Amino acid sequence: MGYPHRPHAKETVVLSEYFGDAEARTYDGWVKRGGYQALKKALGMTPDAIIEEIKASGLRGRGGAGFPTGLKWSFMPKGDGKPHYLVCNADESEPGTFKDREIMRWTPHQLIEGCAIGAYSIGAERCYIYIRGEFTEPWRIMNAAVAEAYQNGALGDNVFGSGKRIDIVLHRGAGAYICGEETAMMNSIEGRRGNPRIKPPFPAQAGLFGMPTTINNVETLTATSHILNRGAAWYKGLCLNNPKSTGTKLFSVCGHVMKPGNFEITMGFPMKDLIHDLAGGMRPGRRLKAVIPGGSSVPIMTAAEAEAALCDYEGIIEKGSMLGSAGFIVMDDSADLVYEIYRLAKFYAHESCAQCTQCREGTAWTTKILERILKGEGKPSDLDLLLDLSDQMTGKTICVLSDSCATPIVSGIKKFPEEFEAYLSRAKAPALAAV
Amino acid sequence: MSAPGSRPVLHQLGGVASGHGHGHGHAEQPYAPVFVGDALAELQALFPKYPTKRACLLPALWIVQERRGWISPEAIDEIGTVLELSPAYIRGVATFYTMYHLHPVGRHFIQVCGTSPCHLCGSDQVLDAIVRETGCGEVGATSADGRFTVVEVECLGACGFATPVLIDDDFHDSVTPEQVPGLLARYS
Ligand SMILES: Cc1cc2nc3c(=O)[nH]c(=O)nc-3n(C[C@H](O)[C@H](O)[C@H](O)COP(=O)(O)O)c2cc1C
Ligand code: SF4
Ligand code: FES
Repeated sequence: MGYPHRPHAKETVVLSEYFGDAEARTYDGWVKRGGYQALKKALGMTPDAIIEEIKASGLRGRGGAGFPTGLKWSFMPKGDGKPHYLVCNADESEPGTFKDREIMRWTPHQLIEGCAIGAYSIGAERCYIYIRGEFTEPWRIMNAAVAEAYQNGALGDNVFGSGKRIDIVLHRGAGAYICGEETAMMNSIEGRRGNPRIKPPFPAQAGLFGMPTTINNVETLTATSHILNRGAAWYKGLCLNNPKSTGTKLFSVCGHVMKPGNFEITMGFPMKDLIHDLAGGMRPGRRLKAVIPGGSSVPIMTAAEAEAALCDYEGIIEKGSMLGSAGFIVMDDSADLVYEIYRLAKFYAHESCAQCTQCREGTAWTTKILERILKGEGKPSDLDLLLDLSDQMTGKTICVLSDSCATPIVSGIKKFPEEFEAYLSRAKAPALAAV
Repeated sequence: MSAPGSRPVLHQLGGVASGHGHGHGHAEQPYAPVFVGDALAELQALFPKYPTKRACLLPALWIVQERRGWISPEAIDEIGTVLELSPAYIRGVATFYTMYHLHPVGRHFIQVCGTSPCHLCGSDQVLDAIVRETGCGEVGATSADGRFTVVEVECLGACGFATPVLIDDDFHDSVTPEQVPGLLARYS
């Protein structure tokens, strides 16, 4: 349910049921709504049994990569005697994505419960929730909720009398998109610059403070309590298309739609309905031009591709893009694609941690070339140059930020060449003033 | 544990560092340490939550900025003493993160999102209105009266509520250019 909107009949409201309901923020309010039942249930199960349940549900990571969650949890070593850590990724900085913010703003205990379940399942006594520095309101709300959870025995050294210790520490970021990348986040928690680390070692072997670590997105962890309450079969049954994509998911829709917001739909839901019905469609007299469906790091879809796609991991790949973080950036026919792609390149150039040459130079140079095109100073060879640079930026760096910058550029040039040609041929007036 | 007794010495070192353009005319005023009383207790309360003191660095920088508005070289030295880190290391980390102010800023710090999703929804006009109404003149500048500093930032994770504007710790959703004067009036 996309606060401030009322639930739409076509939504399947699970995670977002209490968005907009301020009472759900409190411990008592959450318990009244069935909260913490799943955690109590989990504490009565073995970690292995929970992991099997999560595997059977088909839940996949909601942070962007879509990695199966149960499988990820099973990678954690057993009986190694080392401290294990769970890290909850609440850095939400991918342009177009704003779902984790609403989970934390409205249902902080839903996240705390999911984190506690996750920590218990991977043998961790401590979970760090890394909240981006700009999320001042979620930060305040999460702090209050964690304190309340401790007061009520949902966290601490004897969670609900089980004898199990589960602590949650909130860690505030300070403005760096790259800290959303899992190994950068670990460095950031350790008090270092947020540079991604070379893998291997993988986090399950040597992650935070060198210890076995699992990192999951806010929405992923939030889904676990519902799976334990209602069963893996129920979750798996929430599927409209490919059986590899199950459950519900929050889709953030923004840009040129009448009703931007978060919509919770069953995996496999038609994208056409998401954009034109749930999100209210285009402004009067406008028509859909393009959609970037996975946050800004995935290929741009044409209107035709978008309107034919089904919203799940496989369905969007089939139509030329990726689900990513499910942040939909919708553009109508008034959008200047070249400008928006330039603005995204500028974003990546600003956010590159600069340790890889291809990324540091590539993000900066693609931004400069796009800027030149927008100033009406582009050269006929610039598109080939952009494609060549993008190629050099793809698959060659420590993390995929570099690839993410190249992706909208390459797909933009391939799918909307006329928009670039209009600037190059000087048919279109410059969008940026020449200096 | 921290060694409060060593702080005055480092403070003098900090005074030397402040010669590099951080002085801002307060050279005669003695530096008042941040990490005494509540602030020190707040930082020390974090120690059991992390296996290393280094991990308390981001929180320590936040504690300074919340209390002083910016992170001075003297404060960096203080953090170094408490967390047993070198000032150069701390500066290296602090400069990585855009939200830490290593120079003084206006009384109210305004962050306006300008990334594509918000740009599509008219964030440029909101930014223009804020730059104009605050008297900052340009993005990144501080108004002559020291009241406001305005910066354009990347995606604030609230793209469905364009244009989001963060003033100090207050998040304002769906700001339009028309609302800007009324919004700013709330910050004296
Ligand atoms: C540059 C970059 C930025 C990322 N930002 C985020 C983010 O803001 N939130 C998030 O959950 N995952 C983000 N990720 C993905 C994480 O690295 C990681 O895959 C994810 O948190 C794993 O959780 P999941 O398995 O539950 O999806 C980012 C990845 C990269 C490469
Ligand atoms: S690809 Fe870019 S952001 Fe990622 S590690 Fe390399 S330089 Fe840093
Ligand atoms: S693009 Fe402005 S908040 Fe995301």
